[in-house]
Amino acid sequence: MSVSQRLAKTFVRWEAVLVVLLVGVFILNTSLSPFFLRRINLLNATYNFMERAIMALPMMLIIIVGEIDISVAGTIALSSTMMGLAMQAGASIPVMVIVALGTGLLAGMLNAVIVLKFRVPSIAVTIGTMSLYRGIAYVILGNQAITGYPRELATVGQGVVGNGMFPIPLAIFIALAAVFGVVLHRSRLGRCFYAIGNNATAARFSGLPVDRYKAALFSLNGLVAGFAAVLLTSRILSTRPNIATAWELEVVTLVVLGGVAITGGKGSIFGVILSVFTIGYLRFGLSLINVPSQVIGIITGLLLVGAIILPGLFEKLSNRMIIDRQLIPDIDSETTTIDA
Amino acid sequence: MEGISNMKHGGVRGTFLHRILARREITLLVIIVLLVAAVGIRAPRFLQPGRQLSILNDTIILLMLTLGQLAVILTAGIDLSVASNLAFTGMAVAMWNMMMPGVPMIVLVGASILIGASLGAFNGVMVAVGKVPPIIMTLGTMSVYRGMVFLISGGAWVSAHQMSPAFRGFARFSFLGLPSLVWIGVLTTGLVYLFLNHTKGGRELYAVGDNETAAGFVGVSANRAKIKAFVLSGAIAGLTGLLWVSRYASAQNDTAIGFELETVAAAVIGGVSIMGGSGSVPGVVLGAVFLGIVKNALTVIGVSPFWQMAIQGGVILIAIVANTLVDRRNQAKLSMNGVSA
Repeated sequence: MSVSQRLAKTFVRWEAVLVVLLVGVFILNTSLSPFFLRRINLLNATYNFMERAIMALPMMLIIIVGEIDISVAGTIALSSTMMGLAMQAGASIPVMVIVALGTGLLAGMLNAVIVLKFRVPSIAVTIGTMSLYRGIAYVILGNQAITGYPRELATVGQGVVGNGMFPIPLAIFIALAAVFGVVLHRSRLGRCFYAIGNNATAARFSGLPVDRYKAALFSLNGLVAGFAAVLLTSRILSTRPNIATAWELEVVTLVVLGGVAITGGKGSIFGVILSVFTIGYLRFGLSLINVPSQVIGIITGLLLVGAIILPGLFEKLSNRMIIDRQLIPDIDSETTTIDA
Repeated sequence: MEGISNMKHGGVRGTFLHRILARREITLLVIIVLLVAAVGIRAPRFLQPGRQLSILNDTIILLMLTLGQLAVILTAGIDLSVASNLAFTGMAVAMWNMMMPGVPMIVLVGASILIGASLGAFNGVMVAVGKVPPIIMTLGTMSVYRGMVFLISGGAWVSAHQMSPAFRGFARFSFLGLPSLVWIGVLTTGLVYLFLNHTKGGRELYAVGDNETAAGFVGVSANRAKIKAFVLSGAIAGLTGLLWVSRYASAQNDTAIGFELETVAAAVIGGVSIMGGSGSVPGVVLGAVFLGIVKNALTVIGVSPFWQMAIQGGVILIAIVANTLVDRRNQAKLSMNGVSA
C-alpha cells in the first residue's frame, strides 16, 4: 500500500469521523456558553459520565468476542444495594467496596455460566438477568432509599487527584483505558479476542479456549459493573433500586458508536474513548441549554443507528478512493487490508 | 435448528405420549393449569370468573404485542421499539381525539394501525436494506420513538376528561359478555395465526429465520420478509397504543415503558427460539397467559409487587434454559431415530 493510500485509509477511518464529531460538539458547546472551554469546567463535566465510560471498556471486549451483556445496569443497582446493606451492617469502606465488587463478579459469573453451559444466546440470558438483578434490588429496597453513607466514601467518586483539580474517576478511566488498550491491541490475548469474534468455531479448532475467555470476559464485565456501582454510590451517596436505569442501552451505544461491530471481531479502543467523550460532552452541552432528556434520547438513538450505517458507507468510500488511485487494481489488496 | 422444523412436520417416530411431550405447548399448558390450581388452593378468589376476566384483560395487550414480536423473532430479529411505538401512537391518536372529538373511532383505529406500521416499516427498511442489526436498530428507535412522544405532547398528559366518551369506551364496550379489547385480541391472534401458518408470506418468515441463504436460493427475499415482520409488529403496536390509552383513559410520556422486554420474555417462555426460524402462535398465547397469570397471582397471594421484576427475570431464565434442554433432547432423539430407521 502506497503512502497516499494509507493516508486515504486513515483519513476516512471511523475514528477520524469521531474526532470531527467531537470537535463539532466542542464548537457547539462553546457557542452555547463562553465558560465551557475553561479547564475546570471540562474536567468537572466528566464526573457525570465516567461510570458509563468505565463500563464501556469491558463491554467493548464482550462485543468484540461476539457476545453482549444487557444486565450491566441491573448489576450496578444490585451491587450498590449490597454495598448499602453492608454499610447498614456497620462495614468499613474497604469492606463495602469488596462487597460491591464481589456482587458484580458473582452476577457476571452467573451470566457466564448460563450462556456457556446451556449454550443460550447472551442477549436472551442477560435480558433475563437484567430483570433478575434489578428485581432483587427492588425486593431488598422496595421504594426505600439507602442514605447515610460516610462522607469519606465521597472521595472516590467526587474527589480529585492530589491537590489539583483532576477528577479521580477520570484518572481511573484513563488508567483502565490504557490497560484495556494494551491488552486489546498489543497482546496475544487481544488478537485471540478478535479471532473469536470473527469466527468462534475456527478459533476453537485452532486450539483457543473460547469458552474460558468468554467466561472471563462476562465475569470481568460484572466486576467492573461492581466497581462502577462503587463510583456511582460514592458520587450520589445514596442507593435506590432504580439507579442507572437504561444504562445498558447507553453503554452499548458508546461501544457501537465507537466503531465496534455488534457482530464481533472488529473495533478499537481509540474509537470507544472518542465516543465516550463525544457523547458525554454532547449530553453535557445539551443539558446546559435545558434540552429535555427525552430529546437527548432521540439524538443518541439516531447517533446509534447512524454509527452503524455511516462506518459502512465510509468503508465503501475509502475503498473507492483507494481503487481510484490505483489505475490497475491490485489483486492482493484484499489480503493487505486484512493484514493492516 | 433443522431438527426442530423436521420434528414439527412429523419427523419424530415414537409413542403417542412421546409425541405429546415433545410439543412444548402442551407441557406449558400443563404447567399453567398446575399454577392456576396451586394459586386457587391458596387463594380461592383467584378462580372467580371476575378475576379470570381481569387477568384476560391485562394479558391481551401483552399477547398482541408478543404476536408482533414473534413475527420479528422468527426472522432472527428482535423488536425492542414496540413499547415506544405503542406510547407514541397512543399519544398521537389521543391528542387527535382531544383536538377533534368528532372524528369517528374507525378513522382513529385505521390511523393507529398506519402510524404504528410506518414506525415498524422504518425499522424494517433500515434492518433489511441498511443492514443495521435489529437489536441496535430497535434499541435506537426505542429511545427515538419515546422521545417523539415528548415532542408531540410537550410533556403533557391526555387524561380521561379530555377524551370523547366513544374514545374512552372503545376498549371496554361489552359484546357477548366479553369486552371489545378481548375480541380484538382474539381476532388479531386468529389473523396472525392464519398469516404465519397458511400464507406464503408467513411461511417465508420461518424460512428466512431458519436459513437465510437457503431461503434466498429458493427465491425467498429475506429483505421483504424482514420488512413484513417489522411492519406487522409495528401495526400491532400501533393498534395496542390506541387500546392502551382507551382502556386506561390516559396517554402519558412513559406509557408502557419497559414493556418491550415483557414481550420478549413472553415469546421466549412460549418456546420461540431467539435465533429465529422456530416458534408458534399457540406457544406465544400460552407464554403471554403464563406471564399474565404469574403477575396476577403474585398480588392475589399477597406477594409484594416489588417481587414482580425478580420473579419475572427468574421465570425468563428458567424458560430459556428449559427450552434449550428440551430442544437438545429432541434433537438427540431425532438422530437416534434416524439411525434405527
